[in-house]
Amino acid sequence: MTRSYDLEGGLVVDALRGASLRIDRGEYVAIVGPSGSGKSTLMHLLGCLDRPTSGQLLIADRDVSTLDDTELAQLRNETIGFVFQSFQLLPRITATANVAMPLVYRGTNRSERNDRARAALEAVGLGHRLDHRPTQLSGGEQQRVAIARALVSEPTLVLADEPTGNLDTASGTEVMHILEQLNAEHSVAVVLVTHDNDVASRARRRIRLRDGVIESDDGAHLSAVNTS
Amino acid sequence: MRLAEALRVAFDALRANRLRSILTMLGVIIGVAAVVILVAIGSGAKAEVEKQVQGLGSNLILVVPGSLEIGSTPTASRLELSDVEVLGRAVGNPNAVATTVQSSESVRVGDRSVFTTINGTNETVVNVFDRPIARGRYISASDVDTRRRVAVLGSTAARKLFGDVDPIGRQVTIAGVRFRVIGLFTDVGSTFGVDRNAEIHVPVTSAQRLFGVERIDALAVKAPTIESIPDIQRRILAALAEKYPGDKFSAVTQTQILGTIGQILGLLTLVLSAIAAISLLVGGVGVSNIMLVSVRERTKEIGLRKALGARQKDILLQFLIEAVLLTSIGGLIGIALGVGASVLAAAVSPLPAQISWWSPLLAFGVSAGVGIFFGVAPARRAGRLDPVVALRTE
Ligand SMILES: Nc1ncnc2c1ncn2[C@@H]1O[C@H](COP(=O)(O)OP(=O)(O)OP(=O)(O)O)[C@@H](O)[C@H]1O
Ligand SMILES: [Mg+2]
Repeated sequence: MTRSYDLEGGLVVDALRGASLRIDRGEYVAIVGPSGSGKSTLMHLLGCLDRPTSGQLLIADRDVSTLDDTELAQLRNETIGFVFQSFQLLPRITATANVAMPLVYRGTNRSERNDRARAALEAVGLGHRLDHRPTQLSGGEQQRVAIARALVSEPTLVLADEPTGNLDTASGTEVMHILEQLNAEHSVAVVLVTHDNDVASRARRRIRLRDGVIESDDGAHLSAVNTS
Repeated sequence: MRLAEALRVAFDALRANRLRSILTMLGVIIGVAAVVILVAIGSGAKAEVEKQVQGLGSNLILVVPGSLEIGSTPTASRLELSDVEVLGRAVGNPNAVATTVQSSESVRVGDRSVFTTINGTNETVVNVFDRPIARGRYISASDVDTRRRVAVLGSTAARKLFGDVDPIGRQVTIAGVRFRVIGLFTDVGSTFGVDRNAEIHVPVTSAQRLFGVERIDALAVKAPTIESIPDIQRRILAALAEKYPGDKFSAVTQTQILGTIGQILGLLTLVLSAIAAISLLVGGVGVSNIMLVSVRERTKEIGLRKALGARQKDILLQFLIEAVLLTSIGGLIGIALGVGASVLAAAVSPLPAQISWWSPLLAFGVSAGVGIFFGVAPARRAGRLDPVVALRTE
């Protein structure tokens, strides 16, 4: 896939100049690379939040470019969980309500939503923080709420863009532990972007990006590394 | 997303910005309240006038100089007292023709004084209009012929001038001239805060001398039956045309007066409602503006919701509901204020406000409609936001 941005004045930024990869069910992948190398751009494409300028993205053998807005929304809702560097929790509502949000768009009724959100929060060790608002939680706790939100919809793929970027070492370790556990116990594929070598080294597969191309990929046996 | 859920989210969003929501609603509140109040006053005024005109008595034909259509210029009266006889002959019954000449004068008894309408009339008034006498007697033909200085008082005039003292047989000084009170009217209602019980009637001849005029203001003719009205109108106009060639006169019934007044009040209500509608429109623009601000503020939230599975439609609906909620709550408050103010106005002021069932309904419908109309653009903008751009926004 490639992704370029047209700027005013005819300038074109090639954020992703041709990246080809395949991620299998249950994989645990770390994407690393210098700032501006296109990591977030790639994550947005994988998460169907953005469309490639050229190339193709297949998710469960479906060509994403053929899906309309409703189908894309459904795909994101049912298949993909997101964890962001800046948590992205809604400040006015409780942890439970934040976690239950993906289920709202699935039409799940309220009591089932609350049950599942509670269970998800307990799974990340926040059973005692159900009715707290994000501002009443520490950074690590907020990121765990965000992870609970990503897993409440039981996705097959979790995308985490620098999930520990805003956390201290201890909270970061805790968050990584939860993600690893999620991957191990539920065979959810986890793709995470990180600048932390320790975090990256614990992943079974590392993809290194540079200037919008894949420089190296430990899992090259699974996908053709394709530049240009 | 279910509608109930969307409603809840929208309601929460409004509550989170309580002050801003209320200020935004203010435009709608004022607009809707204005519509309700103005319509209430308009229809109240119409009902009041209808009641009064009907209270004049049935089969009445009023004769005035000039034309009685909207937009016609008022004409100075050339009618004179002898026209009472002219019309009496024309309709074949002198007893069916009444006249009036009016002026506001100051009236004094001892150290009490009032400023009120003095009505110069003749003896037929009691017959032509339904204006019963409570005590004493009305003006007689000989009072008119001999220009006697006698007066018949309404209850308010009597109370203000005499207090608890019985006025009959006593003197009142009207514009410096002494009159003797010979009778008291039975109470009638007021028209637009003008208390008809404050009126004083004196013989038309005495009034003309008192005011220093030769004219009379109007004539009233009572037709024996409804069927005879067109014929009598024709005869009146023919007689006047013969006497005053080239002059225009009107001979109109209550129904025709009601029609004209209805037209005037309808026009007035329309103009006032248009003004109120403009304020509602301004309120709507305010809502649109605030919704745009709200969309911008919550760009990140929108991106997040999309990432979590919200469709364009869900986001659009959420913001549209928010806008409609804003204007309908504003509308409800406006209706409550409008109805309250109308009831209060009717109770404590001379404004004859009357709530009609349709005006609050209409106002609510319009305010909800304003919400949809002015909410669509911001809501569509929200729905179309690119989730990546939205999430990158800090
Ligand atoms: N909306 C945009 N318009 C123009 N250029 C963009 C846009 N989004 C990203 N870019 C550019 O694309 C390139 C890749 O950006 P990206 O965010 O993917 O980098 P990254 O690898 O995630 O960096 P970091 O480690 O700092 O998060 C950068 O040069 C960036 O400036
Ligand atoms: Mg990035």
